[in-house]
Amino acid sequence: MESHEQQFLILNEPMILAAMISIVVGGLSLVIGVTYFKKWGYLWREWITTVDHKKIGVMYILVALVMLFRGGVDALLMRGQTAMPENGLLDAQHYNEIFTTHGVIMILFMAMPFIIGLMNVVTPLQIGARDVAFPRLNSVSFWLFAVGAGLFNISFIIGGSPDAGWSAYFPLASLEFSPTVGNNYYAISLQIAGLGTLATGINFLVTILKMRAPGMTLMKMPMFTWSILITNVIIVFAFPVLTVALALMTMDRQFGTKFFTMQDGGMDMLWANLFWVWGHPEVYIVILPAFGIYSEIISTFARKNLFGYKSMVVSMVAISLLSFLVWAHHFYTMGQGVMVNSFFSITTMLIAVPTGVKIFNWLLTLHKGKITFTTPMLYSLAFIPIFTIGGVTGVMLAMASADYQYHNTMFLVAHFHYVLIPGTVFAVIAGFHFWFPKVFGFRLNEKLGKLAFWFITISFNVAFFPLFILGLNGMTRRMYTYSESTGYGPLNMLSFLGAVGLGIGFIILVYNLYWSIRYSPRDETGDPWDARSLEWATHGPVPFYNFARIPKINELDAFWYAKRNNKSLYDDRPIEKIHMPNNSGMPFLMSGAFFGAGFCLVFSWWIPTIIFTILIFVFMALRSFEKDHGYYVSVEEIERIERELGGEK
Amino acid sequence: MMKQLFPKQHVMGFIFSMVLSVVALAVITFDMSYKMGMAILLVTAIAQALVQLLLFMHIGESEDKGTLYTNIIYAVFVGVVTILGTLFTMIWGYQIY
Repeated sequence: MESHEQQFLILNEPMILAAMISIVVGGLSLVIGVTYFKKWGYLWREWITTVDHKKIGVMYILVALVMLFRGGVDALLMRGQTAMPENGLLDAQHYNEIFTTHGVIMILFMAMPFIIGLMNVVTPLQIGARDVAFPRLNSVSFWLFAVGAGLFNISFIIGGSPDAGWSAYFPLASLEFSPTVGNNYYAISLQIAGLGTLATGINFLVTILKMRAPGMTLMKMPMFTWSILITNVIIVFAFPVLTVALALMTMDRQFGTKFFTMQDGGMDMLWANLFWVWGHPEVYIVILPAFGIYSEIISTFARKNLFGYKSMVVSMVAISLLSFLVWAHHFYTMGQGVMVNSFFSITTMLIAVPTGVKIFNWLLTLHKGKITFTTPMLYSLAFIPIFTIGGVTGVMLAMASADYQYHNTMFLVAHFHYVLIPGTVFAVIAGFHFWFPKVFGFRLNEKLGKLAFWFITISFNVAFFPLFILGLNGMTRRMYTYSESTGYGPLNMLSFLGAVGLGIGFIILVYNLYWSIRYSPRDETGDPWDARSLEWATHGPVPFYNFARIPKINELDAFWYAKRNNKSLYDDRPIEKIHMPNNSGMPFLMSGAFFGAGFCLVFSWWIPTIIFTILIFVFMALRSFEKDHGYYVSVEEIERIERELGGEK
Repeated sequence: MMKQLFPKQHVMGFIFSMVLSVVALAVITFDMSYKMGMAILLVTAIAQALVQLLLFMHIGESEDKGTLYTNIIYAVFVGVVTILGTLFTMIWGYQIY
C-alpha cells in the first residue's frame, strides 16, 4: 500500500493514531506522576542501576506482561478481522504488520523475558548463591533486551512495522519487496535484544556451573535449575546463528550485499535455513524452562519426590542435542529431496520420545500423591492433556509427505499455539503465581487466580481448537480475509469469541495482581506452599544478600528433608560479612547508546549511527578501566536485617 | 611493575586479530584464483578462531577440564551439524520438483 511508504510518522491510520495518542498521553502521565511523587531518585537507585538478580527478574517480568498485552491486542485485532467473511476492520497491509509483530513480540519479547525473568529470580536462590556470576553483565542483558523491545515497538508509529511475517523470509523481506523501514526494525531490534540474551546465556551457564552451594552436585540440583542449565547451553549455541543471520539481513537491506538475493550468487532460501537453525532450538529455549517449572510445581503440590529425576535430566540433554537436528521440518515444501525430508522427519519424530518420557514422569509423580489444587497446580494439570494434543499434532506435521497438506494452513497455527500456550504461557503464569510470594511476601488471591485459570483454559481451547478444523478444511494462515462461500465464517467467529475470553482471563489475572497488592494477607514464613527446594529456605521478600549463611546440601530436596527431620541446613558457623556487587548506571546508559545507534541505523542516518556506536565503545572502554570491587555488608548489618525479618532462617 | 600492569596478551591478540582480518580482506581487493582465495580464508579463519580462544577466552587456563571438553564437543557438534546440515538441505539433497 502506497500510503504506508515514504512517511516517518504514521498518521493516516485512525487506529495507529489512537494508539500513538494513548502512548503519548500514557507516557506523559507516567513522567508527571513520577515527578510529582518525587520518585526519580528511587527509580534510579533501586531499579535502573540495580544489579540485584531478583529486581532484574522482576523488571523482565514486568516488560513481559506489558508485551503480553501488546501481543494480545494484536491477536484480538487479527481474530476480530477474520471473525466474519469480507470484514473491513483491517486492510491487508495492516493485517500483515499485525501478524508479524504478534509473532515476534509473543516469542521474543513476551515468552523469552518471562522465562529469563523467572530464571533470574529463582535460579540463584535455588542453588544457594548470592547473585549471578556477572551481576553487571546481567544488568546489561536486561537493558539491551529492553531497548530492543522498545525499538521494535516504536516501529508501528515511526516508520511502519515489519510486515514479512515473524520468520521474515527472503525474498519477501528483501529491500526490493519490503521497501519500508519495517524489516530494518526487525533486524536491528532483534539483534540488540539477542545480544542481551546471549549474555544471559553465558551468565547463567557460569552461575549454575560455578556458584552452587557446597554439597550441591549436579545431580542434586532442583529440576528447574537443570532445565535452566540446559536452556542456557542451547542459548549459547543457537543465538550466534541468529546474530549472523540478522547481520547478513541488515547488510543485504542496508549495504546492498547479496547474501539472500535471488540472483548474483545469492540464495534466498539460505535465510529460511539459518533462521530455523536458530528457530527450532529457540522453541526448546522457551519450552524447557516450562518443563522445569512444571516439575517443581507438580512435585510440590503432589507432596512427592519428582518421579524419574535421572530420566528427566537425560531426556532434557537428549532434547538439547536433538533440537539442533530438526530445523528443516519447518520448510519441507521448499524443494529438498526425499532424502533430506525423510532424515528430518525421523529426527522430528525422535524428539517426541524424550518429551513423552517427561509426560509419563509427571503423571507418575501425581500417581498416589496428596494433591492440593492451588492455582499454579491447576495450570500444571491442564498443561498435560492440552500439551499432548499439541505434541500429537506435531507428530502429524512431522511426516513430510502429510505436511504437504498441512503446510501453512491454520492447522499449523493451531498446532504451535497448542504447544506454546500450555507449554510456555501456562508455565510462566503458574511460575508467576508460585514464586510471587517469594519475591513480594504475599500470595496472589487464589479465588481470582482460579477464575482467571478457568477463563484462560476454556477460552484457549475455544479459540484454537476450531483452527485445526479450519486448517484441514483448507484455510491458509496469514489470510486477511475470505469469501463467505468458503464456509470458514462460523468457526472463525467461534475462535474470535475464544480470543475475547482469553483477553478477559488475562485482565482478571492483572486485576488479581492489583487486588492482592492491596488486600492479600502477608506471609511471615517465607515458605507459604510448604515447598521443597532451597529458594524457600530464606525469608520471603528475600533480603538483598539472599542467604545470611550459605546452606550446606547433602541430598536432592535438602530443604524438604531438613523440614521433615527438624534439622538445620546450616551447621553452626557464625555469620560472616558478605561481599556484594555495586550498582551501576552504565548498563542503562550504554543500552541507551545502543538504542540511538539502532534507531539511526534503521533509517540509514549514518553519521548519528557512527556517533552512537562510538559512544557504545566509550562505555566499554570506561568499564575496562573502572576499578569496582564491590562492597561488604557487615555482620552487625546482617544481624539487624535478619532480626527485622523475624529471626534468621 | 609496568610489565604486570600492561595487558600484553590482550594487545597482542588485538593486533593479531586485526592483521588476520586485513589479510582476509585481501581476498576481495586483490585479483586471485578461487582456490587461492579459499585457502587464504580457511587459514586466516582457523588462526582467528585460535587467537580468540587462546588469548581472549583463556581456554588453556581452565582447571575444570570436564566442563571444558564437554563444551568443546558440544560446540563442535553444533558447528558440524549447522554447516554440513545446511549443505545437506540446501545443496546436496536439494531438488526442484
